[in-house]
Amino acid sequence: MRNTQATNLIFELSQPGRCGVCIAQSDVPQQDPAKWFPAGALAASAPPLPELTEPDVVRHFTNLSTLNMSIDTHYYPLGSCTMKYNPKRNERIAAFDGLAQIHPYQPDETVQGMLQLLYGLQDMLAEISGLPVVSLQPAAGAHGELTALMLAAAYYRDRGEKRTTVLAPDSAHGTNPASARMAGFDFVTIPSCSDGRVDVEKLKEQLNDQTAVFMITNPSTLGLFDDQVQEISDLVHEFGGLIYLDGANMNAILGITRPGDFGADMMHFNPHKTFSGPHGGGGPGAGPICVTAELGAYLPKPIVGFDDGSQTYFLDNDRPKSIGRVRSFFGNVGVLVRAYSYILSHGPVGLKRIAENAVLNANYLLSQVKGFLDVPLGNRCMHEFVASAESIGKQNGLKQPAMDIAKRLLDYGYHPPTVYFPLTVHEAMMMEPTETESKQTLDAFAKTLETIVQESPEVLATAPHSTIISRPDEVQAARKPIMKWTPKQD
Amino acid sequence: MPYVFNTDDEQAEMLAAIGAASIDELFNCIPQDMQLKRALNIPAGLGEMELTAHMQALSVQNKSVNEQTCFLGGGSYDHFVPAVVDALASRGEFYTSYTPYQPEVSQGNLQVMFEYQTLICQLTGMDVSNASLYDGGTAATEAMLMAMRITRRNKKVVVASSVHPEYRQILKTYFACIGTEMVVVDCGAGTTPVEAVAQVVDEETAAVLIQNPNFFGNVEDMATISEIAHAQGALLVCSVDPISLGILQRPGDAGVDIVVAEGQSLGTPLLYGGPYLGIMACRESFVRRLPGRIAGETVDRNGKQCWVLTLQTREQHIRRENATSNICTNQGLFALRAAIYLSVMGPQGMQDVANLCTQKAHYAAQELIQHDRFELAFCDGFFKEFVVRDTQNDVQQLLQQACKNNILAGLPLGQWYDELEDCMLITLTEKRTKQEIDDLVNVLTQ
Repeated sequence: MRNTQATNLIFELSQPGRCGVCIAQSDVPQQDPAKWFPAGALAASAPPLPELTEPDVVRHFTNLSTLNMSIDTHYYPLGSCTMKYNPKRNERIAAFDGLAQIHPYQPDETVQGMLQLLYGLQDMLAEISGLPVVSLQPAAGAHGELTALMLAAAYYRDRGEKRTTVLAPDSAHGTNPASARMAGFDFVTIPSCSDGRVDVEKLKEQLNDQTAVFMITNPSTLGLFDDQVQEISDLVHEFGGLIYLDGANMNAILGITRPGDFGADMMHFNPHKTFSGPHGGGGPGAGPICVTAELGAYLPKPIVGFDDGSQTYFLDNDRPKSIGRVRSFFGNVGVLVRAYSYILSHGPVGLKRIAENAVLNANYLLSQVKGFLDVPLGNRCMHEFVASAESIGKQNGLKQPAMDIAKRLLDYGYHPPTVYFPLTVHEAMMMEPTETESKQTLDAFAKTLETIVQESPEVLATAPHSTIISRPDEVQAARKPIMKWTPKQD
Repeated sequence: MPYVFNTDDEQAEMLAAIGAASIDELFNCIPQDMQLKRALNIPAGLGEMELTAHMQALSVQNKSVNEQTCFLGGGSYDHFVPAVVDALASRGEFYTSYTPYQPEVSQGNLQVMFEYQTLICQLTGMDVSNASLYDGGTAATEAMLMAMRITRRNKKVVVASSVHPEYRQILKTYFACIGTEMVVVDCGAGTTPVEAVAQVVDEETAAVLIQNPNFFGNVEDMATISEIAHAQGALLVCSVDPISLGILQRPGDAGVDIVVAEGQSLGTPLLYGGPYLGIMACRESFVRRLPGRIAGETVDRNGKQCWVLTLQTREQHIRRENATSNICTNQGLFALRAAIYLSVMGPQGMQDVANLCTQKAHYAAQELIQHDRFELAFCDGFFKEFVVRDTQNDVQQLLQQACKNNILAGLPLGQWYDELEDCMLITLTEKRTKQEIDDLVNVLTQ
């Protein structure tokens, strides 16, 4: 139960002279550090951090935690984020000494179990994606995208081709264009048709000998599988370009279809989504990428290899065509350990059931809300769908109906769907229930939504009414940004 | 199935409501010839008991730092993590939540971000911190890209060879795509030669990147290099060891423009290299060029103090290809760990830990060089790591011998620096005891 008195800023709890730790006395002879360092290298005083006891710190952060909605406590249908249950067994496993307490520069012979695990994960991701060569190094999905685009650039350089353009549909995640720019490409947006699929005619107009990569999210951010994907791949390949699959929505197709089998040359996984790594309030994630055999040589190094002769695993740095490093050390191993554990918990049968139930749950929720909310892109979906609150706004005069409904959901104890994304649907509400929610939860959620859309506009426009704060002033926050605490002037 | 609710009966009811005959029908949108008509070729699913046994079996094939003595560092450190860090960070409300898109139900995470940003500013002496990036290496790279945006100079940057070799490799990878030249200043004497920096920094240089203490453990002259960079309109980016700031001068007090750091030392275990915490802080005037999430203070519609994600117009979900970066997450869980760690350590704790590290490092170095076989490669102006030269040029054999005695003695430097083929980097954290140091010296001098 939340203690409403205990959410001051930690700096306001500070009392001079308090200390939360008691550091051991030095067991080596104490010398004066001043003799080792040039003048000015030592600080005149300790850093001005707050002074607290351990109980202060425990009560403070414990109470702060109670101000969050989370998967452990709430239904969280945040579209495109795959907020599914995070298994507790994976947390215990990832904390094993032999997995958590090992240094990245230990000799390979002292970490054979870890290397075997990572090698096994490379193999499993290759099989799930249908793309045979894998790098586990990228630190997040967006980082995987960027890495793959840098890899494409290296591939073209190697072939003596100068290709300058990356294309993606207008429904793409904002990371796609941002990654393209960071990898040194120009970016071109391809419009979608009214049915949500890529407008192939418009794509054709943009394809030429400058085309480097077409990035496609399939299933798309609209929750639809674009059945033209093979045709699109063939077209792009005809012009000598590559297909990148944004794997954000792999949860819908695990064991059903594989990007490598529908024309993708490169893709990333989001293990924190598809393989249920905890989102941690915004990270960590990981962004392993899988590519064709031809592109494999360009992957970042190292990757994990297996030496048949000695029957040992090793970090393979001998990869002359590699683009180099994109991150220090091996990668976000803790996330990868959980992904490995998650995949092994499911096996081939279980992974397919994940996709089946994620898609079943999304279609069921769609069937329960379409009577009172528009779903512009049809009656069927994959793992998520995008409703539009535009007509609700027209009926009741609300200017931002998707926002107002989202805020009102908070009063009923639900985390809202993703709103105002994708940009191609007005007043978008993107709902992704995931496979780890029950029919009862979906029924209750749909019923709540139905209640909300019938509530008075005044109630909605001023929601939420029961949370500790309501509608923070984001304009003021951005106009006069206050990004740290400063002591009050007496 | 461990985590799926729907029973067969419920599935049937749901399909009826949808108007579909079967689950397979829901996948009809995927052309039949694209569907995988076989089971994935991966191992069969395991129950929790078998899974735990399997993972335990893999785990015990790794020798953890609890079974051996770790003198390895190089950007990843075996510092002590107080129990409160694990206890608090493992609360489900923290680790199973996501990016605070709905501030009304994310005030816990947002306040943590705001407190983290403040703590990082206090620690580094900088004006503004973001809510974190992936790791120290990518943070250094993002800082250089940021400096290029601020100075509007895209052609050239200057980097000291005493910056972590892997960080420099990341920079090289990123710069290969955008054609920026990276001039490396050789630090053969263990620190960055300021005259050499002055010679290569010119009016086309966007930024200078140094590390303090540098990869060899030595303290750099931040203030002088800052003056050199600023004289040409370039920025100084410095990667720091946050633990060192318990006793060393803060970069914000030495003219550094953008500070980055690997934050793993602040309460995160080794984890075989990740996930870690990329720290980034800068001067106030640069804030609109800063990549990554930022929490800001504001008031709600009733005038109540609260926190939100702010300055989002920098970010990719608004600006798309014109964003300051493609990064759309922070390392929330590890920023939380760092905030808890710094809160519980306080000024005294940070000072004590930093002092212990440097005392032990100097003790170890002094003990080792009493033996003729070893000498310090550089001067004694190091913090918690030092480079020792094996005059018999047999570092690999020494490390293997130590490994057999359950000691991870150090990091061989020849893999990155040809001229340091006969050298290794030895790292001391506060956890290493006098006995362990004496054992190390014994093993290396047997």
